[in-house]
Amino acid sequence: MEKFTFRHAAAARLAGARKRAIVGVVASGNLEALFERLPEGNDCVIEVATPIQGYRDLWAEVVSDFVERRSPGGLRVSINDGGARPDTVALRLAQGARLMERD
Amino acid sequence: MAADTIDTGEMRRFRALSWFEAGARQRISALLDQDSFVEFIGPEQRETSPHLAPFNLPAAFDDGIVVGKGRLDGHQVFIAAQEGRFMGGAFGEVHGAKLVGLLRAACDAKAAVRAVLILFDTGGVRLQEANAGELAIGEVIRAIAAARAEGIAVVGLVGGRAGCFGGGGIVAGTCSRLAISEQGRIGVTGPEVIETNKGVEEFDSRDRALVWRTVGGKHRRLIGGADVFTDGSVEGFRQAAIQLIVSGPRFDLKLMQAEQARLASRLARFGDCADGREVWKKLGIQDTARVPEMPPSDFIALANSVKEANHDAR
Repeated sequence: MEKFTFRHAAAARLAGARKRAIVGVVASGNLEALFERLPEGNDCVIEVATPIQGYRDLWAEVVSDFVERRSPGGLRVSINDGGARPDTVALRLAQGARLMERD
Repeated sequence: MAADTIDTGEMRRFRALSWFEAGARQRISALLDQDSFVEFIGPEQRETSPHLAPFNLPAAFDDGIVVGKGRLDGHQVFIAAQEGRFMGGAFGEVHGAKLVGLLRAACDAKAAVRAVLILFDTGGVRLQEANAGELAIGEVIRAIAAARAEGIAVVGLVGGRAGCFGGGGIVAGTCSRLAISEQGRIGVTGPEVIETNKGVEEFDSRDRALVWRTVGGKHRRLIGGADVFTDGSVEGFRQAAIQLIVSGPRFDLKLMQAEQARLASRLARFGDCADGREVWKKLGIQDTARVPEMPPSDFIALANSVKEANHDAR
């Protein structure tokens, strides 16, 4: 199991009051992502656990693209990966951020 | 429907979604009264399986089962939903413990709990934690018996992509009542396992029509292995569940003896049948070839006219 954590300073805190959201399922070609709020600040922390070795650089690209597009400040995102492709990862991240912005 | 459970239009559309396609969390939120679900031991508590990492397998934050409480048509219910896409919805140590804990909690709160709903979607016990999983099955069966003895209906809903197999099939057999859709399957040993062990002459697992005539929802309904047949929508399962949480039989020795007699007579009557169609013929169904393609409404009318399907014991 490969585990890594990315920490980015986002431009702003993500809007919305929702405390947490979970999207996706740990299944082949899919992943689950648990979204929680950090108590303060604009940092976005993304923790990844994946059984697929050797793709850290690609994860870093997808994550920094997500931070740039959505400005998900104040979020902690925990990912259990089931071997999702980069486009699926990007969609799950966007889906979770969107859910957190509601309410 | 009680005044505080009036649903929005969005909720009604949500309930039209396919049970088979929906995930565990979607099934719960669309099945119960709007916004009534409260989860126990949610994913943020990260109660994951400790047995998967040694096999380099990813864990899930809820270990593939969502448990909690909510309201169904105004009635307080406890509910568990298995996620069939994670490890085939299989029972592991944490997964099983969450279901056992839910059933015990329902007993503790029995005055306020109408029923426990179990949304099965499982291939059985998780092989990577087989001993813990087998123990969990035993504990679940005991907890279901205890809950039923307290007068709480335990209602199983079967219509997920993994079906309801292995220990899950046995657990389903201990529920007060079961609802099933056409896609729902109940069994102990799965078709592929039978073929692997006994040969293709015994059971051809690639003959999907044969598989469905043996373990599928329509067959289970006709032989009384399920009490209600629903179309495959969440709304269909919701209506079935509403009906079943209020109609469960009293759980006592007399009921167990009636159930034993029912199963013994089923075996005596159908034990030598080689195909579901032969069973249906013996049940008095004339046009057995039409059963698999019957639309839900026609099939429900047919099943309601078959005596075996409507035996009251379970």
